[in-house]
Amino acid sequence: MYRGQSGMWSWLLHRISGLGILLFLLVHIVDISLLGFGPKVYNEGIALFGLAPVRVISLALIAAVFYHGFNGIRIILIDFWPKAVRYQGAMFAAVMVLTILCFVPMGYFVIAPVFNLPTVGLGK
Amino acid sequence: MRISTGYGPRPAGGGFETFSWYFFRVSGIAIIFLVVIHLLLTHVTTDVSCTSYQFVAMRYANPLWRLYDWLLLALALTHGMNGLRIVIDDYVRGRGLRLFLQSTVGTLVLVFFMWGTITLITFQPVADLGAKCVGK
Repeated sequence: MYRGQSGMWSWLLHRISGLGILLFLLVHIVDISLLGFGPKVYNEGIALFGLAPVRVISLALIAAVFYHGFNGIRIILIDFWPKAVRYQGAMFAAVMVLTILCFVPMGYFVIAPVFNLPTVGLGK
Repeated sequence: MRISTGYGPRPAGGGFETFSWYFFRVSGIAIIFLVVIHLLLTHVTTDVSCTSYQFVAMRYANPLWRLYDWLLLALALTHGMNGLRIVIDDYVRGRGLRLFLQSTVGTLVLVFFMWGTITLITFQPVADLGAKCVGK
């Protein structure tokens, strides 16, 4: 195993999160197409997304989306701002912090119904 | 001799790979906005178990939401599949296997793009919209 540093891990996580999101997207296109079969069938499919184990997988998806997006911004900065490469390590730390900061509140909304925690009256 | 521009390396040949390089970055920025709002709408402002047929019917009554979702579909699918193409390029060396896998990628893009587009265009709610929320 190559002993890479933050640059290698950021690349690897970017790749893994990307593939994970893509896989979800393909499943999502199929489940939304159930709309064509009417409310009974479609709602049965949606009920699956409300189940606790699936909510946990949704958490992974949301974390992946935030990481992939923030790291993508970091990559764009490195590509188009000549000085940025000097700060690539600091930017990676910022990416991790931002990912966690954005993930935690959204993750709360996703997992709260499982434990009957309040969600400030939104949605349900 | 190329004078350094100070920017990072990039494929400057001008072919498909150059386009792909820019496409990732441009589509990526757009997708960030589209997907974050999408996640907020489907998980935060409404719990996912309430994103029922009724929820979709009310959203899709406005065709701009269909356009929004279609843009997210088109950009994310092409962005992701392009990424998959590159991952395959990195790990698969055999010519036959490469041909097979890359053809599969291309086919999947077409199939899923059409599948999603058809869903978005043809959706017409039935009379009885069903429950507001389902399950838990």
